Amino acid sequence: MHTVRTTCRTARALGAVLLLAAAALAAQQEDPAYARARAAMVEEVQTYARAARESGAGFDSDIMRALGKVPRHEFVPDRQQPSAYENRPLPIGHGQTISQPYIVALMTDLSEPQADDIVLEVGTGSGYQAAVFSELVRSVYSIEIIEPLANDAKNRLERLGYSNVSTRLGDGYYGWEEHAPFDAIVVTAAASHVPPPLIKQLKPGGRMVIPVGGRFLTQQLLLIEKTKNEEIITRQIAAVRFVPLTGER
Amino acid sequence: MSDNGASHEPALSFDSDAALTTRWVYPAVALVSTAAIAYEILLMRVLSIVHWHHFAYMIISLALLGYGASGTFIALARNVLTRHFALAFSLSALAFGLTMIASYILGQRVPFNALEIVWNPREFLHLAAMYLVFFVPFFFAATCIGLAFTCGGERISRIYFVDLLGAGIGALGIVLALFVLWPQDVLRLLASVALVAAALPTLRPPVRYGLGALYVLVIATLLVAVPQSLLELRMSPYKGLKQALEVMDARVLHERSSPLGLLTVVESPTIPFRHAPGLSFSTRFEPPEQLAIFADGDAMSTMTRHTGSESSLGYMDDVTQALPYRLLKDPRALVLGAGGGTDVLFALHHGARRVDAVELDPQAVELVAQTYGDFTGHLYDDQRVRVHIAEARGFVRRSEDRFDLIQVSLMDSFAASGAGVQALGESYLYTVEAIEEYLQHLEPGGFLAITRWIKLPPRDNLKLVATVRAALERAGVDQPGRRLAIIRSWNTATLMVKNGEISAAEAARIRNFAGSRSFDVAWYPDMPRSEANRFNVLPDPYLYDGTVSLLSGDRDTFLERYKFDVAPATDDRPYFFHFFKWSAFEEMMSLREQGGAGLIEWGYLVLAGTLVQAAIAGAVLILLPLSVIEPTWRRGTGRWMGSYFLLLGLAFLFVEMAFIQKFILFLSHPLYSIAVVLAGFLLFAGLGSACSGYVARLSGARRRSPLAMVVAAIVAIALVYLLLLPYVFDRFAGVRDIYRVAMSLVLIAPLAFFMGMPFPIGLSRIAGTAPAFIPWAWGINGFASVASASMATLLAIEFGFRAVVVLALVLYALAALVFQAWPGGSRHPSQRA
Repeated sequence: MHTVRTTCRTARALGAVLLLAAAALAAQQEDPAYARARAAMVEEVQTYARAARESGAGFDSDIMRALGKVPRHEFVPDRQQPSAYENRPLPIGHGQTISQPYIVALMTDLSEPQADDIVLEVGTGSGYQAAVFSELVRSVYSIEIIEPLANDAKNRLERLGYSNVSTRLGDGYYGWEEHAPFDAIVVTAAASHVPPPLIKQLKPGGRMVIPVGGRFLTQQLLLIEKTKNEEIITRQIAAVRFVPLTGER
Repeated sequence: MSDNGASHEPALSFDSDAALTTRWVYPAVALVSTAAIAYEILLMRVLSIVHWHHFAYMIISLALLGYGASGTFIALARNVLTRHFALAFSLSALAFGLTMIASYILGQRVPFNALEIVWNPREFLHLAAMYLVFFVPFFFAATCIGLAFTCGGERISRIYFVDLLGAGIGALGIVLALFVLWPQDVLRLLASVALVAAALPTLRPPVRYGLGALYVLVIATLLVAVPQSLLELRMSPYKGLKQALEVMDARVLHERSSPLGLLTVVESPTIPFRHAPGLSFSTRFEPPEQLAIFADGDAMSTMTRHTGSESSLGYMDDVTQALPYRLLKDPRALVLGAGGGTDVLFALHHGARRVDAVELDPQAVELVAQTYGDFTGHLYDDQRVRVHIAEARGFVRRSEDRFDLIQVSLMDSFAASGAGVQALGESYLYTVEAIEEYLQHLEPGGFLAITRWIKLPPRDNLKLVATVRAALERAGVDQPGRRLAIIRSWNTATLMVKNGEISAAEAARIRNFAGSRSFDVAWYPDMPRSEANRFNVLPDPYLYDGTVSLLSGDRDTFLERYKFDVAPATDDRPYFFHFFKWSAFEEMMSLREQGGAGLIEWGYLVLAGTLVQAAIAGAVLILLPLSVIEPTWRRGTGRWMGSYFLLLGLAFLFVEMAFIQKFILFLSHPLYSIAVVLAGFLLFAGLGSACSGYVARLSGARRRSPLAMVVAAIVAIALVYLLLLPYVFDRFAGVRDIYRVAMSLVLIAPLAFFMGMPFPIGLSRIAGTAPAFIPWAWGINGFASVASASMATLLAIEFGFRAVVVLALVLYALAALVFQAWPGGSRHPSQRA
């Protein structure tokens, strides 16, 4: 009887180990087609970035590396997976979208992430933007108001091993007091105004980025900078280089 | 049922022997016609709720090609259909009734996402599926009416009369029905109307009681048995209402439906709404508790909790809209577009001694005043407040009062476009003439203040500047710039026009107000450019630079060079929200994937797309089969007849649409005027049709072409109207609604009466010489009506409605020439049959 039980226990432990190993293996061995598509996406985003900027310089190479690492197809619903690496926004249910990769890269770039930074995200959505930050900064705190999205994102980020991301279901208006102040704050959808409490939770020298526009069309980005002496300056950043008068370039 | 419409019934069943047995045709055609137009308007309403109005417009336009296609179908199956006319009519009407409901259910289950169309080609398939689904009921409805014409013989003009009469009743009836019933219930009602039309042919002798009973059973089933859950509206998940309801604990408190729109009141206790557009970053305040009102699932407006404590309203000092109150003491304010009442509270908070609030939708007023009276602190009972249920422009025009402040903030109003019938986006609130009228109602030293969202690069804000300049110039003001001030936050801009010049002291107050709240000044008299781009930094101070150009002698060059259309809107071209320029389209498309898609103004493209699609579909559905089946018609008579009905279809709708616009302004209500004017047009055109036989005989006796007389009358009346209506409208703008409605109908009557004649005169001529062509004529006319709707709007955007009328008159004249020119038809191919 005793032996049987021990054998059982050993078998169970062995099974668990095997399962874990399999999971780890699966995580490492993704479909090479995805890896290729992702590399092409990064290339495309960088090409657009160079075109959009006067200087001709693309996005920061660390950001491009992060974009090349995060498995975007894991962040979209199954039926969207074939489109996961196209440079466009995709619906993720509940009337929400995963942003266009170019916009994600632009927002990340504008927030100038440093390895030691603490970043707050208001609007977790699929968790993709948080995962990109996770590759670049010390810790990421992300708040979502739609319950099913919050739960899915939490599980997804845990499953994919983004251990420096903490998520929470709740109101983003007051930020996340316990972990404030933040080096950078990204708000994934514009409200009628920028919540003053969020500005308070921004470190001097910190940056906040907010996309302006509809779910599928980002009109421009709002960049809010808090200077060292706590002055607030906002900048409207057009996603593209577009001069409103003909004949001027 | 198979022997219904048996062979003893003559092929053309309206000859005098059969007349007794076919009297049902008149009420049946009228009922089908009533249901069809009512269904069209209902769909417009429903699709505006489920999707967005310009897509609703496109889907329905294309679906209306069912009218054209029915002509082709009847032509193809003419022999069978006319032999079994009663049966064919009855079955078509039955199919119309059933597919009305089926399409409604199916159409909402097509996973079409209008917003994704920029990115995902698959959405075009979904869109095509929508066209197809809604095409079917219109096809069956039109088959009924087209069949009646085909078999009509000498009664064509009377059939056309009941057809138009039915349509007129439908247009009026649906508006009334939508006041008392939910869209789902209206649908059941309309399906029943179609089924009654289907049942009528069974009642002729020998009466088929069995069949009649069957129809009654089907009607009863429709009314009761289709489960309500199947008919529920399935709104796009990207509409504001749906998004709000995704938030934890958010729920719908009330829902009100009327033809003006679906109002939904939502509370979100856990994560409050906090709607405060453009609130300063430096504010110490938060908006108090709010309830949201969504119009057609979008266009959010708020009701703000008011307990009488002013401290909870502190945030109202830190938005751009507060600026005019810094320049006025205890003003008498006029709020245009009261919505959820927050702007009224705003005025009271800022010390207005009296507030006149104008709101179009009585249900919105009722919500604020009664249902949520406790919540809003019985705001509208305040003795300083007067609420007027009226259209804003008309209210101002009629008012004999003067105000210190006229405030228009679109962000908190139910845009008239919330009503689905306004799909084409005309707005008479922001035309040169409108601004002139607002300014005339200002006390000396008073302000007009308009707050709008900012787009980047600016569009509507600059268009307002151009419009204000034009209005001030018309009023004889030399230096418009000295009366103008603009400030902006990161997402709102408030433009103010003073009745008088802005003083240096006022300019200083404007700068202080803006500076202390991190708002930028974009214009005040003598403003240096260096002040224009301080707190909310743009790549360039677009709004300032644009304003400088628009106020200078370089205005025309600027308007030409700017990549958006910011030329002023006028009452003749009331497209304030039209910014699209073809010249910039290519550049914007090339920037699409970098996030440039937001630069493109899609409404215009949707309209142009509708026209192109209608033209292609029209060619495939009507012209192609016509040329294959009756190749001889490509030459000779057929060509003449075809052009005749094409010209008529275009001309009729051009005139109708242009005059509806003119009367909207006079009647000053987007919905009632469309209902009244449309019904009037249809009714009087119907009467004209009924009298067309008499006119034809009269002119025959004088050996003149009947068309020449009729067209001469149309041209004369329309030209007189173009010249005189502006004066008449101006003179009688102040009289009571009911008189203006009566006047409108009297004015429409003679024009519509003559416009109702050319179609039946043409059809009667064909009936005598080439009856096989009747279904084609019906189809071509149907196609022309679809194409002309989008074409008229595109033309009006470019050239104004006056030009549309003139063009229509040219088309009528051409039609008269064609009528003259087309040969007698003795060699007509139909005689082979």
